[in-house]
Amino acid sequence: MNIDYLIFKIVLIASIFGLSLLVAMYATLMERKVAAFFQDRYGPNRAGKWGLLQPLADGIKLFFKEEFVPSSADKLLYILGPSLSMFVALLTSAVIPWGTPVVIGGKQYALQVADVNVGILYIFAVVSIGVYGIMIGGWASNNKYALLGAIRASSQMISYELALGISIVTLVMTAQSLSILEIVEQQKGMHWNAFYQPLGFIIFTICAFAETNRAPFDLPECETELIGGYHTEYSSMKLGFYLFAEYINMFISGTLISALFLGGYDFPFINDMGFSQNTLAAVHFLVFFCKISFVVFVFMWIRWTLPRFRYDQLMRLGWKKLIPIACINLVITGVVVLLTQ
Amino acid sequence: MSNEKTTIIQPEDTDKQYNTLNLGPTHPATHGIFQNILKMDGETVMDAEQTIGYIHRAFEKLAEHRPYYQVTPLTDRLNYCSAPINNFGWYLTVEKLLGLTTSKRIDYMRVIIMELARITDHIICNSVVGVDSGALTGFTYLFQMRELVYEIYEEISGARLTTNMGRIGGFERDFSKIAYKKINEFLKKFPKVLLQFENLLMRNRIFMDRTIQVGSIAPDRALNYGFTGPNLRAAGVDFDIRVSDPYCSYQDFEFDIPVGTQGDTYDRFCVRDAEMWESLKIIKQALENIPEGKYYMDEPGIYLPPKDKVYSQMEALIWHFKIVMGEAGYPPGELYHSVEGANGELGFYLISDGGRTPYRLHFRRPCFIYYQAFPEMIKGGVLSDAILTMSSMNVIAGELDA
Repeated sequence: MNIDYLIFKIVLIASIFGLSLLVAMYATLMERKVAAFFQDRYGPNRAGKWGLLQPLADGIKLFFKEEFVPSSADKLLYILGPSLSMFVALLTSAVIPWGTPVVIGGKQYALQVADVNVGILYIFAVVSIGVYGIMIGGWASNNKYALLGAIRASSQMISYELALGISIVTLVMTAQSLSILEIVEQQKGMHWNAFYQPLGFIIFTICAFAETNRAPFDLPECETELIGGYHTEYSSMKLGFYLFAEYINMFISGTLISALFLGGYDFPFINDMGFSQNTLAAVHFLVFFCKISFVVFVFMWIRWTLPRFRYDQLMRLGWKKLIPIACINLVITGVVVLLTQ
Repeated sequence: MSNEKTTIIQPEDTDKQYNTLNLGPTHPATHGIFQNILKMDGETVMDAEQTIGYIHRAFEKLAEHRPYYQVTPLTDRLNYCSAPINNFGWYLTVEKLLGLTTSKRIDYMRVIIMELARITDHIICNSVVGVDSGALTGFTYLFQMRELVYEIYEEISGARLTTNMGRIGGFERDFSKIAYKKINEFLKKFPKVLLQFENLLMRNRIFMDRTIQVGSIAPDRALNYGFTGPNLRAAGVDFDIRVSDPYCSYQDFEFDIPVGTQGDTYDRFCVRDAEMWESLKIIKQALENIPEGKYYMDEPGIYLPPKDKVYSQMEALIWHFKIVMGEAGYPPGELYHSVEGANGELGFYLISDGGRTPYRLHFRRPCFIYYQAFPEMIKGGVLSDAILTMSSMNVIAGELDA
């Protein structure tokens, strides 16, 4: 391991870290602008041009809010909840391949923090921890609404992670690899997994909605029933962490959907245009980012269109519909893979 | 409903522990200040107890100390989503006490405004059902239309929410050209938006799953409670005061009464939606057939004389003084008059002893009655059902507590 490799990695980690935060910040603005677009209104337009400084203003406001801990709350866990959510949300992006390698001074550097050969497993492990942040936070605030939100969140996660897992297993069966970089590389030239695994793609997308607690699965925090759900008692930056984590998770889900099913940084004819390797990497990154933005837009589109499920309907959809369909998909894929080998 | 009194603090079944959840008084879904103490088993509502009185303002007592025309602002604040209906209901009651019949023109003008008010009330209720089920977008579409109606109110009376519109015996001024223009504009724009809203929600699978068979009430139970209005019609009883006991020339108009079958949240939503279309029909007919004439009843001692006469003629000045001081002389009597409020039968039970103020005035407030049935309707459902049931019944805190 040489020093320039180390420096590159540190720079990459820092920039991805910063990018995640920046994206989360601007996802809030995008959410509000998209909502405004759907709802026939302006959205934030006072702070900066097109409200571009609005996320900053929101962040500053959250920082200066009173740091409130309910007297009956478990102090340690109360603080641990949002910290865990934020920590986990920031961990996931480590194994995402952001583009083809760049060349600096004759050396190749991969645009990926860690090309773990079990990347998918890593993501699952990390994302599953995310629910603990919500659960602990909801339980520790010692509020009935928060507790209901936390219970809903945990049971929702459990039931949807199964279907999510099975839909990924089918993907792994066809890809014969657990490395995200390899899965992305295999999809080059419009061989996107979404075309080969349409059912898996749909199930994965639905489960991603549930995983990120977005409408129509935003039961843990639905404000009309549970006031704020698991973050009812939170204020200041602790609340900010929860909200941030939600947006980062949405970004990560968009990333995963794009990487696993929509070809990652692949786009027709890009490889035949004769770009130099560094330009190609930049274009790849841009393409990838556009895909993610589109998926995030779809997330918002659905949130501002559909009503939310009821708790029992959500469970029914998860256990009685998604998991059986995912299993059937698994069997079919298994047969097809066996026959084509 | 089981008649035994429910004790929330100590559950009767000691083997099973229930959770007490205070839904309200300040909860984003209660749309006003009222409290429900729910006995929960997990997410399931085992029992509920409703608490009222958080914004009780003693309107009935206040009315005993106010001249008749000063009671109108109190009625504004009952169901503030459709204030003009309350105003006109009160005027009709007083006119009934005086034994006056208003001219067709006044009736038609009132009908136009009352049906606009019914539309705004249903807009609020239905869009809020959407919001509480999680679909926020339809709300903003419909509320832009509500804004148009408020601009019409503003043009006619100068106020928007609590209108204090009209006078005993007519209106304070005629509809201006701008008012007619605004009403026609509304009639043109509203159907498109209402269709959009229907497309968003009505056949939406999630919305239907959330609302069908949720918070239902059987017609006989609804009648026993004293349900009226859209909530009763959703249960399948075709009772509408506009037809059964027409007031304000409602017999002149051709319209249907939408009726549901299940009495559930979805039916209430659909009945209100259909009523908006019927109201549009009524407004169109009223605009077409509105006769020429005076916008007020030329009754001395009832309706304020014009200002120029007050300044030049002695009789007019005397009447002006007497009316404003509440000494106009109302006959003694006891009567009940009800109108089809947007939310149900809005009744005024008035006893006059011939003095300057009502001797006793009671408001029959439909929300008060609906809210009694609330625990029965949500029992056995889950928390989300309770929220949707409440918003679909359109319980307005101002009317509930009076």
